[in-house]
Amino acid sequence: MSSNDHVNTHGTAGEPDPSSHHAPGSFPHILLFFIIGLALSLVVGWGIFPKLLYSQKSQPFGFSHKVHLEQVDQGCQSCHFFREDGTFSGSPRLAQCLECHEEMQGQSEDEAIFVKEYASKGREVPWLVYARQPDCVFFSHTAHVLGAKMDCVTCHGHIGTSDSLKPYEENRITGYSRDIWGPSLTGLKHNSWDRMKMDDCAECHAKYDVLHDSSVQTKRDACFVCHK
Amino acid sequence: MKLSRRCFLSFVLGGAAGTALTPLPWKLTDDLSIWSQNWPWTPVPPDGATNFVNSTCELCPAHCGITVRTVADRAVKIEGQEENANKTGGGACLLGLSGLQLLYGPTRVQGPLKRIEENGTIRFQPISWQQAIDEVVAKMAELRSQGKPQSVACLSGRDVGTVPQLFKRLLKAYGSANFVSMPSVEDAYASALRLTQGIDGFVGLDVENTDFILSFGSALLDGYGSPQRMMQAVGRLKKQRGTLVQAESRLSNTAAKADIWLAIKPGSEAALALGMAQVIISRGRYNSDFVNAHTEGFDSFAAMVKEKYAPSAVAEVTGIAPEVIAQTALAFAGAKNPLAICGRGKGQTPVSLKEVLAIQALNALVGSINRKGGAQTMPTYDYLNWPAVELDVTAQTGIAKGRLDGAGSDKYPHVGSLAHRLIEAIDASAGELQMLLVAECNPCYSLPDSDKVKAAFEKIPFIVSFSSFMDETARQADLILPNHVYLERYEDVPVMAGTVQPTIGLCQPVVSPLLNTQHLGDSIIKIALGLQGNIAKAFPWKNYESCLMETLGDQWPLMSDQGYWASEAAASSSERGFSTASGKLILMNGTLGAIFMAEAPVTASGGDYPLQLIPYDSIRLTSGYVGTPPFMIKTVEDTVLKGQEGFVALNPETGKSLGLASGDMATLITPVGQASVRVHHDDGVMPGVLSMPRGLGHSAYDSFLAAKGVNINQLIGTMEDPASGLDAAWGIRAKLVKA
Repeated sequence: MSSNDHVNTHGTAGEPDPSSHHAPGSFPHILLFFIIGLALSLVVGWGIFPKLLYSQKSQPFGFSHKVHLEQVDQGCQSCHFFREDGTFSGSPRLAQCLECHEEMQGQSEDEAIFVKEYASKGREVPWLVYARQPDCVFFSHTAHVLGAKMDCVTCHGHIGTSDSLKPYEENRITGYSRDIWGPSLTGLKHNSWDRMKMDDCAECHAKYDVLHDSSVQTKRDACFVCHK
Repeated sequence: MKLSRRCFLSFVLGGAAGTALTPLPWKLTDDLSIWSQNWPWTPVPPDGATNFVNSTCELCPAHCGITVRTVADRAVKIEGQEENANKTGGGACLLGLSGLQLLYGPTRVQGPLKRIEENGTIRFQPISWQQAIDEVVAKMAELRSQGKPQSVACLSGRDVGTVPQLFKRLLKAYGSANFVSMPSVEDAYASALRLTQGIDGFVGLDVENTDFILSFGSALLDGYGSPQRMMQAVGRLKKQRGTLVQAESRLSNTAAKADIWLAIKPGSEAALALGMAQVIISRGRYNSDFVNAHTEGFDSFAAMVKEKYAPSAVAEVTGIAPEVIAQTALAFAGAKNPLAICGRGKGQTPVSLKEVLAIQALNALVGSINRKGGAQTMPTYDYLNWPAVELDVTAQTGIAKGRLDGAGSDKYPHVGSLAHRLIEAIDASAGELQMLLVAECNPCYSLPDSDKVKAAFEKIPFIVSFSSFMDETARQADLILPNHVYLERYEDVPVMAGTVQPTIGLCQPVVSPLLNTQHLGDSIIKIALGLQGNIAKAFPWKNYESCLMETLGDQWPLMSDQGYWASEAAASSSERGFSTASGKLILMNGTLGAIFMAEAPVTASGGDYPLQLIPYDSIRLTSGYVGTPPFMIKTVEDTVLKGQEGFVALNPETGKSLGLASGDMATLITPVGQASVRVHHDDGVMPGVLSMPRGLGHSAYDSFLAAKGVNINQLIGTMEDPASGLDAAWGIRAKLVKA
């Protein structure tokens, strides 16, 4: 067979065959591949990607906010207090915990871990903080809690009455908690505390734009209010 | 099923459309942007409780009050203490603000070190504190048992306050009179006060209330005394339309801001002052009330200046026209509260006794001694009430041998310490000094003729450095017992530097010691206890902190709270009298006459060296014990330091005659040394003069500081004041050769 024959043969085969509806290159055939691609990407995007994006970590030991809140007089601020200069103390340091837990107070296994591994060795507890914002964000608890009189629940939800700590889901790319973006990858939220992205902050700042007018141009809050 | 090209494209399109319907692209974009804004290697300061500690800056003799902000156990910001404004200006200078770089910088000594020489190479080996103290004790005990306690000396950055005094006490009980402090203008002022007023003390400058400042080369805007206080005083003076006269050969920042700049020939300050005194006296413009009531020797002083310091003669020496001298002198005498200030540059180098006496005489002639806006006589701080030291026979014999530097002897009766003489003595007879203890100073860098100092140090059999930094002197040491830096320790620091309100600053630990260092006071006490006998008995304190608390007594709570103690402002009245035999201020007597008649120290005459090299002080550089921190080096102009190259500034006229254009490389040669420099043409430098800053050219420290520019102390030699013996070096003959 000469090379010319080969070309001829190939050219004939390339003609559409009216007898077959699912021949490669026919419209339904192409559509099928489109649907396969679409379906697969939806599975990856909604099913596999979220599982890959977050790793689950557990806290050093279990902790019940509920039990503690029942024992103290001043609510959340008994442990998460404002220092004299107005700065916020954040997660309690070991010294604070030791004020009560120098020795075992109850029989729980979690407390035993705390006393044995941390209290007696003088080690700070490496808490994984759900609400920690990236370092490019400046946030002042004083301005929000003492200034704007917001309550803790608005941003932190009902963690104060929870009996256990949920697993900490760490974003593998950013290293921050899933709680910042929120449980739903769609970005939709049901409660004010579900998400703490910039839009969620801006929502409130825009709502009270009479107070928040640090930008001369826009008469709203300027970027540097949060991004120093 | 066969996959055609179209099918594949369709699959990809479907995938893309599907992906756009999932959160994946939007979430990934967001996460990547957060990730890229928060690189894991970007340093982020840890969070913690904020605290403010009131303390005192120890980086220069001004000892300003500072407030240090700490977060957890980290010092994050140093600021000037506003409450302390009336004493130190209420701000912090560039050096004070950069102090954290000294605390956290890489040049600190990590722990006690011992010098080891192996196969010709030298290295420092870490040892324990116990071993370090034991080695010092063993060496000192050995020298003492040989009957040579006087062969141990101490070179200290300061001589007031508990730590220097503990050192002095250790040497005294041990049997050595050789406690030598580093030179400063205070030495010259102190001698002048003893000679004219019979008082042991220092001079306070009431710059806040004067309306006329006559400054003899003092860098009022470049770090003289307390930098902020002087700057604010000059600002106030100008605002209230007072007058600032700057007599200086170079157009410094102070000269540029002055109302009158007297561009005098270098080294002729004393002649200018006496020439002005002559004008004031001959025109009868002196304050006759003060002169008649409170001075003695006026007539002979008047005769002396008339004979030797007529304006025409002075004009020749200083290069200032006689009528300008006369006008300036009369303006000075006509001011309500005039003040003449002495001390070149930052006042961290001595001037000749003749110069300080001449300038103080000007103040006396216009009645500006112990008067509002004048020069105040401040008595020495005397809060150390320690029991007397009991001397055993060895100690008595050792002390009777006198001092190696000759200070206080018949030859140099007016001064307490002569550091350059100690170096001379080591150089001349090596065996005389067996052991040198160096504390809070860097003589191998900051004393003139630093190569000679280094060579002399080579001859000392045993050197112990207490430096916190691996500086030029620590590198020469056999043992390094690093002190805490000032932000880690307690220490009292009596303020002099021209203050008019007796103030004792308290240096307080802002953070816990970061490294394996030990307080110098504790090291001294441990050495003393190790030496046992009478020496140990002289140190009844458990540790330095208890010694300090006991010494400060009732003042301790107040001082630890506000960081200083200040007495009520000194009474500004000449009624307080003087402690001379007549109760009057001596303008002239036999001793002073001899000093006034002597020639001021000058650089050797021309010959091979047609130019004069004059150092100057810049507020952007520090030239004492600590090295210039990186923040400050960054502020140095590129006409002074560019990359590693240092510049010498000269008048374009001089440059032209030497065939050197701006930017050319040249070799700067003096009788003492030579260096490679770049030339910078500057109209503000007098023709025939070369100008270079102090504070560059370190061979020690880190890459931020080492090998940048030239250490001018390698190029200038000592210039001994014949009257006092102080090293009043203000320059040296030099030549500049195109490289």
